[in-house]
Amino acid sequence: MAKNDLKTTVQDNVIWKSIFRPGSIYRKGYRDTSRDRALASMNNVLYHLHPVKVKRHGLKLTYTYCLGGLSFFMFILLTITGIFLMFFYTPAAGAGTEIAYLNMRELSASVTFGQLVRNLHRWGAHAMVFLVFLHMARVFYHGAYKPPREFNWVVGVILLLLTLFLSFTGYLLPWDQLALWAVQVGTNIAGFSPVFGDQVQFVLLGGVEIGPNTLLRWYVLHVLFVPFITVVFLAVHFWRIRKDGGISGPL
Amino acid sequence: MSDEVQIDQEVYDRLIGEGKSERIARAKAKAASVRKAKIAEGQSLGPRSADEASKALEEFRANAGGGGVATKTEAPADAGGGGRLTPEQRAARVAASLGNGGDKQPASMGVPTSGEHTHRLLALVPPAGIQQVQSKQMDKVYTWPHLLLVEFVALLAAGSLLLIVSFFLDAPLGSLANPNDVPAINKAPWYFMGLQELLAYFHPMVAGITLPGVFAVMLMAAPYVDKNPSAKPENRKVAVLGFTFFCVFWGVLVIIGSFIRGAGYEWVWPWITGLGFTL
Ligand code: HEM
Repeated sequence: MAKNDLKTTVQDNVIWKSIFRPGSIYRKGYRDTSRDRALASMNNVLYHLHPVKVKRHGLKLTYTYCLGGLSFFMFILLTITGIFLMFFYTPAAGAGTEIAYLNMRELSASVTFGQLVRNLHRWGAHAMVFLVFLHMARVFYHGAYKPPREFNWVVGVILLLLTLFLSFTGYLLPWDQLALWAVQVGTNIAGFSPVFGDQVQFVLLGGVEIGPNTLLRWYVLHVLFVPFITVVFLAVHFWRIRKDGGISGPL
Repeated sequence: MSDEVQIDQEVYDRLIGEGKSERIARAKAKAASVRKAKIAEGQSLGPRSADEASKALEEFRANAGGGGVATKTEAPADAGGGGRLTPEQRAARVAASLGNGGDKQPASMGVPTSGEHTHRLLALVPPAGIQQVQSKQMDKVYTWPHLLLVEFVALLAAGSLLLIVSFFLDAPLGSLANPNDVPAINKAPWYFMGLQELLAYFHPMVAGITLPGVFAVMLMAAPYVDKNPSAKPENRKVAVLGFTFFCVFWGVLVIIGSFIRGAGYEWVWPWITGLGFTL
């Protein structure tokens, strides 16, 4: 069958047309014209994130350095690798039930791609913290927080804190010496919160010291609670970028 | 993916000759060739004339039946005054479309009088409810393909880099956690080393709660404190200097904490005792 016949057969039927809205680049008759380029954006789920047209200077690598976008990419990648890890992990510790730590050993020893995915998750987390920080610096040096973008900067700072908290809660989960003592440094500090120090520490630890309860608590925070809050703030962040008139500048 | 659009060479050459930019000339030449193709297929271009439009509407009514109570549209071309309706004409038309043919008071404000009509949408927008958008014409490009392409390449590059690192470097895993076995070197992850380093100098309440709290609030307040409207670096030396100082300050703390602190969090030189640092 000639290439074009095949293309017509695939594209010219009810099912294909029901999936790809008019203007989609996969639909029959897409032409590389201004009209179809505009429709391609408007009829794509990405229209929730991107307008039809963007300022030309925003495309230059040296404007955003793609830092915000890459922070988001890391978040997605961490979600995917994190779900993989969840299949092989039980947040249980304590004498005789050191399952969490055993799971980590098995993950690298006997799970297909286990070690690789764990590495991706670990290095990805470090990369995300670093990228978010660089993104903040780039926004600052461009003065991109100035009106009308003041509030989006505040949302950004909250995202930075959430990113740090996500990393930190994950740090405990392997339940090795490294994790236990690194986390100890942090939770000791929480005990010095004014007035409610002891209570704050008790809530964070699920007891008076780091133990099996802490592990379960931080696991739930790490895989569900903090990601959920982060997604909410990401949604506001992205929505505000568009409502504030798209990317700032040019300088 | 896309059916290639030919450009109309003649138009292209003419526009280039007139000194238009390559990009504009190509876009216009494409548009010209699409227009030509449409004419060749016997389609008409642009908005239809008023007569044609009302004829099409009439035909549609006759064939499809139903529809609202809207009346036959008088072609604006007849109305004089540059194709606009006079206030009287407009009033007459509104009254007619409300279901009373003329100057009587509308009996039912837009509510269909016959059972055939199932719905009607009517909205009044007060002038205050209309957003006045005053945006300047800017140099813009289409998101598809330009922006999406850049994003895709960035994503591939970052993804590959991470994959390569993960292939060669394994994440650390120590021995089983043991609350009774205090390690000699006890450090937080690097992004908290700034805090841990502060702990070496101040009471934990100050280093761990007050200072980070003050920094977080300062960071969030920055856009409200910095009232300078300019985004040009040369006009905002104080802000740039302040932020740079802030970053360098944290960077130095993190580096000291990560590399120059050893057993018991004592100050040591890494080339003597080795790196007491794990990612
Ligand atoms: C999870 C973390 C974050 C993600 C995924 C994220 C994502 C993004 C993206 C994709 C953009 C579009 C422009 C660009 O790529 O630079 C953006 C813009 C922006 N971000 Fe973030 N961001 C994050 C954290 C932050 C932080 C920590 C701040 C500041 C404290 C911040 C403040 C802003 C501001 C003010 C803009 C508008 C910049 C402009 O119009 O030029 N964001 N963000």
